[in-house]
Amino acid sequence: MVKNTMKEMTFKGYRRPDGRVGIRNKVLILPASVCASDTTRIIASQVEQAVTFNNQNGCSQVPSDQQFTMDVMAGYAANPNVYGTVVISLGCENCQMDLVVEAIQARTNKPLEHFVIQENGGTISTIEKAVRAARKMAIDASMIPREEFPMSQLIIGTECGGSDPTSGLASNVLIGEVSDRIVEAGGTSILSETTEFIGAEHILAKRGKDDRVRQRIYQIVHDYEQAIRLVGHDVREGNPSPGNMEGGLTTLEEKSLGCIHKGGHATVNEVYDYAKQVDNNMGLVIMDTPGNDPSSIAGMAAGGCQLCLFSTGRGTPTGNPIIPVIKITGNRVTYGNMRDNMDMDASPYIYGQKTLEQLGDELVAEMKQVADGKMTRAEALGYTEMAIARVCNYM
Amino acid sequence: MNETITNAMIIDGKDTVAVAIEPVEAGSSITWKDKAGQIRQITAVTAVPIYHKVAIQDMAKGEPVVKYGEHIGLAAVPVCAGEHVHIHNVENHREVLY
Repeated sequence: MVKNTMKEMTFKGYRRPDGRVGIRNKVLILPASVCASDTTRIIASQVEQAVTFNNQNGCSQVPSDQQFTMDVMAGYAANPNVYGTVVISLGCENCQMDLVVEAIQARTNKPLEHFVIQENGGTISTIEKAVRAARKMAIDASMIPREEFPMSQLIIGTECGGSDPTSGLASNVLIGEVSDRIVEAGGTSILSETTEFIGAEHILAKRGKDDRVRQRIYQIVHDYEQAIRLVGHDVREGNPSPGNMEGGLTTLEEKSLGCIHKGGHATVNEVYDYAKQVDNNMGLVIMDTPGNDPSSIAGMAAGGCQLCLFSTGRGTPTGNPIIPVIKITGNRVTYGNMRDNMDMDASPYIYGQKTLEQLGDELVAEMKQVADGKMTRAEALGYTEMAIARVCNYM
Repeated sequence: MNETITNAMIIDGKDTVAVAIEPVEAGSSITWKDKAGQIRQITAVTAVPIYHKVAIQDMAKGEPVVKYGEHIGLAAVPVCAGEHVHIHNVENHREVLY
């Protein structure tokens, strides 16, 4: 039994003061609301290693939606790939600066600066102060050396998007194989996308650690379907998507059965709500996220995962501001067509040219390299699309 | 390369559909390895696009369509072995699971 080489394997990461270990060393310029987002874009453009995103939310949201936004903001700041955070708020939004700062500090003690635009003389002088603060952080971050850590320090997010039948035949199966190895090595693997458990929830629930976890799996699926029903729609509308169907997926059950392969064969030890902090060394866990890729990945990144294994049939460009996303396809045609975006070809499994074990070894090796600092295709292209889950319209 | 010249695969022994791993023309043969490792072959009644499903046994209207060893829907019309299986002959069926 030499299959699991991950137990002895290490990666070179960054030690954070809160005890977590990152694989990137970003300075996060965090917009507390939509009204701060253009300002953070300008600030981030001035500082090397600084990242930001367009936060559509942060104001005019119902409390449950505001909680999603707060958890994503706090979770991003706490994500170990982030050295430190500069928060920018407008001043009058619902996500008030003191609330944001408090939420971040509840999760981490990493460097944190904050500027309220309305209290700092408007856009231009806020930008000036924030650029100085971010520049100092970037310089401080550059002095942190990479150190060796066991692979068990990794929390891996798993995701599938632009699925086709090859996702269920190869790429999700491969991610499941590597998920099992991460679990065996003592790390954490997150299975996400609640909408894509529908029709397969009984199979997942059987793998729950205990009654509480089993009930939670049924509950998140039920609640998700209910939430969509409240606005008069059905989760099945538009799912499978036109691209899914063109690729050969017929029903949501079929898509779901393929989807849950990403979770491998391990016991499901916990179910986390969207964007809540995920613990280290938890084995396989579920996070309640949408099937929508950018918002699902945002939830897991906020949970603290350092990298994401992403399976695609049709080929998607998805990246993220703070975590590398490794793109794997089981569709040999897509691998050819979307070569610019794909990190790995899993189709040799379908055609019998490589075993699951061989491909598993290759993906583990790729994951280690990415953890050590190798850029994914999405990172090299600067792709950082990002969304936050929500339950209803703005107020 | 592919040593046994299969152009389809099945995922679970209980499956009533195979997945084409090459484009299949109507009238040509569909070849796959069953879970015991035996080569099985039927004739394609219709064309089957690559990665789409093909029935490997006859299914009466209302009978479950099985892939991954699980029900993915019901046959909306009678389906015969060798036929392309997709939205035109499968209907969604939400099973009560709990």
